Amino acid sequence: MSTTTEDRPAPVAEKRSGGVTAAASNYLDERTSISAVVKEFGRKVFPDHWSFLLGEVALYSFVVILLSGTFLTFFFQASMVEVEYDGSYVPLKGVEMSAAMASSLDISFDIRGGLLMRQIHHWAALLFVAAIGLHMMRIFFTGAFRKPREINWVIGFVLFILAMAEGFTGYSLPDDLLSGNGLRIIDGMVKGIPLVGTWISFLLFGGEFPGTAIVGRLYTLHILLLPALVLLFIALHLVFVVVHKHTQFGGPGKTQQNVVGYPVMPVYAAKAGGFFFIVFGVIAFLASFFTINPIWNYGPYDPSPVSAGTQPDWYIGFADGALRLIPPHLEFVLLDRTWSFNIIIPLAALGLFIVLALIYPFIEAWITGDKREHHILDRPRNAATRTAIGAAGLTFYAGLWAAASSDIIATHFMVTMEGVIHTLQAVVIVGPFIAYFLTKRICLALQKKDREIVLHGYESGRIIRLPGGEYIEKHEPIDEYQRWKLVSYHDYKPLMIRPNSRGKISVGQKARASLSRWFFEDRIAPPSRGEIEASHGDH
Amino acid sequence: MAQDGQSTELTASGDHDEVETLSPGTAVVSSDAVRDPGLPPHRLRVTDTDPKKAKRAERVVYTLFYLSLAGSLFAVAAYMAFPIIPEDLLSVRLNNMFIGVGITLALLGIGIGAVHWGKALMHDHEAIDLRHPVRGTDETRARAVEIIQEANEESGFGRRSLIRNTLIGALVAFPLPAVVLFRGLAPEGEDPVELLENTAWEAGTRLARDPDGTPIRASDVTIGSVFHVIPEGLAEMEHMLEEKAKAIVLLMRLKPEDLNEEESKKDWSYNGIVAYSKVCTHVGCPVALYEQQTHHLLCPCHQSQFDVANHAAVIFGPAARPLPQLPIAVDDEGYLVAQSDFKEPVGPSFWERH
Ligand code: HEM
Ligand code: FES
Repeated sequence: MSTTTEDRPAPVAEKRSGGVTAAASNYLDERTSISAVVKEFGRKVFPDHWSFLLGEVALYSFVVILLSGTFLTFFFQASMVEVEYDGSYVPLKGVEMSAAMASSLDISFDIRGGLLMRQIHHWAALLFVAAIGLHMMRIFFTGAFRKPREINWVIGFVLFILAMAEGFTGYSLPDDLLSGNGLRIIDGMVKGIPLVGTWISFLLFGGEFPGTAIVGRLYTLHILLLPALVLLFIALHLVFVVVHKHTQFGGPGKTQQNVVGYPVMPVYAAKAGGFFFIVFGVIAFLASFFTINPIWNYGPYDPSPVSAGTQPDWYIGFADGALRLIPPHLEFVLLDRTWSFNIIIPLAALGLFIVLALIYPFIEAWITGDKREHHILDRPRNAATRTAIGAAGLTFYAGLWAAASSDIIATHFMVTMEGVIHTLQAVVIVGPFIAYFLTKRICLALQKKDREIVLHGYESGRIIRLPGGEYIEKHEPIDEYQRWKLVSYHDYKPLMIRPNSRGKISVGQKARASLSRWFFEDRIAPPSRGEIEASHGDH
Repeated sequence: MAQDGQSTELTASGDHDEVETLSPGTAVVSSDAVRDPGLPPHRLRVTDTDPKKAKRAERVVYTLFYLSLAGSLFAVAAYMAFPIIPEDLLSVRLNNMFIGVGITLALLGIGIGAVHWGKALMHDHEAIDLRHPVRGTDETRARAVEIIQEANEESGFGRRSLIRNTLIGALVAFPLPAVVLFRGLAPEGEDPVELLENTAWEAGTRLARDPDGTPIRASDVTIGSVFHVIPEGLAEMEHMLEEKAKAIVLLMRLKPEDLNEEESKKDWSYNGIVAYSKVCTHVGCPVALYEQQTHHLLCPCHQSQFDVANHAAVIFGPAARPLPQLPIAVDDEGYLVAQSDFKEPVGPSFWERH
C-alpha cells in the first residue's frame, strides 16, 4: 500500500525498549503478526463527507441492536404457552396470555432497566432500517454503484431486505395484539398466493392460524438465522469497501487514481469511534424519553378486537400501503381455483420494484457500455436521467408508504377515506412520471447554471452603471478550486447503433440505443478548455 | 454521436491522466476537457493557527470525557436509587428515565469528545492513497489460470466426465432430504383446506357475547345495536384461539325494511337480526367498526367496507367478497342459535377455495 503523507513531523521516538506497551506489542506480534495489520490498515485513508456517515449509522445501530437484543434474550420466553399474567402491571393482572407476552411485560415492568433495553432495541431497529435506506439513496444518487461496486450494491440491497425481515420478526415476538394482527395479515397474504399459499401458511404456523408454534419459530429466525446472515453480509460488504477503497467527490487533488482523506489512525478512528458513541447515545436518549411499542396498552393477542389507527413499524408501511391501494373485486374463481389478484398484484408490483432497484447498476452499465472503474462520485445533477429515475422510484415508494396511513390522513385532515385512497392511487401511478419530469428539468437547469458560472463567473451583486447610462451586474470569475469542482465530471452521448459484421442490427442493440437516447439525449456538455479561454475575452 | 467501442479516440484523453485501456462506452472523452489544475486538497483550520483556540479545544475534549464518567456513575447510582416498586408505574418510568439519562450522558460524552478531538486537535493533514485497478495484474491472473489448469490436470476433473457428472448429481440431490424434513412443520393427517372450510359453529350452537361467553337472547338485540359474538362454549375448546380466529361473528339488528336480503337467504336472519363473519375477506383482520347510520362495516386494516343492509357486499377497499353470513334462528328459550356452520369458508381467500 503506497501511502503518501505530506510534511508530517517525524513521529515522536518510542519510549525506550523497557515500556510495558512495547513489551506487550512485541509479545502479541511474535504470536500474531499484528504489526503487518497495523502497517497495512493503520494509515488507510478514508475521505470525509457527511453523506458517508449514513452507512456508519446503519452499522453502529446494528451493534446497538446486538447488544440490547442479547440482554433481552436473557429474559424473553419465546413460548406461546398460556399463562395467567401476575406481574406488576395492574390493568392486565389475571389476564390469560402467552408466556412471550407475559415475559415481555416482565421485561418492561419488573426488571430494572428492562424497559430501557426494550426501547433501545426498538429505536435502534427503526434507526437501522432508516439509515440503510438513506445510505442506499446516497449510493444511488451519486452513482457510487458503478464499476467496480455493482456487486456491493447487491449485497447492500440484500442487507436492506434482511433488515426488514429482522424488524418484522422482532415486532411479532412479544405476541401482543398488534404483532398478532400483523401476523394475521401475513397469513392472509400468504394464503392468496396461487398454488402453494395455503400450504405455506399451514407449514409456517404449524397448523391453523395462530397456532402455538409461530413465536418460537420467528424467534429462531430473529436471533439466530437472520442475525448470522446480516453479519455475514455486513462482513462481505466491508471487505469490498476495503478492496475498492472509498469513493470520493471530485475536487482539487482528487483523481480517479487516488483517494484523499484522513488516515484510520488516528483521525478517522477518533471520528468514527466517537460517532459510534454518538449514535448509541442518541438511541439511548430516545429510549429514555420516548415510549415505543407500548404493548401493555394493546394487550395480548386475541383474534377479535382491534383498534382503528394502529400502524406497523415504518419500514413495513410500503407493503401495507400497497395492499390498501388495490381497487375492489380483483378476485375470481377460474378452473375451480381462487385467483386473488388483490394480493397477487401488490406482491408482484413490490417484487418488480425491488428487482428493478436491485439490478439497476447492471442496466445503467449496459446502456453506457462504460467498462472503466469509477471512483469519483457524480453530483446528482450531472447524471440527470439517473437522478430523475431515482426521484420517480422514491415517489412510488412514498405513495405506497403514505397509503399505510390512509385512515389517519383521512381522520386528521377530515377528508373522506375514499378521497385519500383515490388520491394516493393517482400519486402512485402518475406521481413517478411527474417526479421524473420535474427532477430532470431541475437537474438540467442546474447544469446550465454551472456552465454559465464557469464561463461567465457568478453574479457578484455589484451593479455598475455603464457610460451609456444602462446598469449591469458585474460578474466575478470563480476561483480555480470552484471551477475544477464544477467541470470535472464525465458525460455521455447517446449511442449510435451500427450494423454488426453480418450487416444486421440486433434487437438488443436497438433496445440499448433507445434507452441510451432516453438517458443522454438532452445532455448538457461540461465546458471545455477552449470555451473557457474564449469566454475570457468577453470580460 | 458517440461511436461505441471505439477506443482509439481515447488515447488523446488528457483530463484525468488516466491510462485508459477499458472501453468508456458512450462516455464523451474530449481532448479539450478542462485539465486538472493540480491544486492541493488542503486548507488550514483555526486551531492550526491559533494556540489559544487549540487549548480551548483541549479543555472541551477532556471535560466531555469527565462528563461521560459522571454519566456512567450516575446510571449505576440511578439503578439503585430508583428501584421498581411493584405495581407502581411511576417508579418504572423514573427507573427508565434516570438510568437512560446516565447512559446517554456516558455515551454522548465519549462520542462528542472523541469526534471533537479528531476534528479540532489531531494532525489535520489529509493523506493520499493511490488506487490500483481492482482487477488482478496480468501476471497474477495468468498464474491463477495456470493453477486451475494444473488442478484440473491432476484431478482429472475435466477428463473423467463420469466422475464429474455423478458428483454434480450427488451434490444436487443431497439437500433434498432437508426439503422433505420441513413437511414436519405442520401436523400430519390434517388437511388445511378441510380445516379452513369448517368452523366451531354447528346447528344449535348458541350465539354468545365476546369475550365473556354469555348467550344472547333475541329480545336483547334492539334495533341499531351490534354485538361481538363467539360460539357458546368457546373458552373450553381445545384450540381456543384457532377456533376463535375463524368463528368470530358480528350481530346487528336493522329495521326489516332496511334489509335487502337475497331470496335464497331470506330465512337466515331473524326479525331483522343478521349475523356475519367478523373475519375480513381480504387478509383476515377483524372487521370491527360498525357505522349505525349507514349500516357499513369498516375493516381497520385496509379500509375495506361492507354494506350490511345489502348482504355485506363490498363497497370499497381491496376486499373482493362479501362477508359470509351465519344462518341464525331462535331456540325454545329465546336464545339466538346457529342454524348450521357457515355455508362457505370464512376469512381470506385461498387457492383451493371454490
Ligand atoms: C437487525 C436486526 C434486528 C432488528 C431490526 C430487530 C428488531 C426487533 C424489534 C422491532 C423487536 C420488538 C421489540 C419490542 O418492542 O418488544 C424485537 C424484539 C426482540 N429482539 Fe430483536 N432485532 C434485531 C436483532 C436482534 C438480535 C440480534 C437479537 C438477539 C441477540 C434480538 C433479540 C430480540 C428479542 C429477545 C426480542 C423480544 C423482546 C421483547 O419483545 O421484549 N434481536 N427485535
Ligand atoms: S384485512 Fe380487511 S381490508 Fe385488509
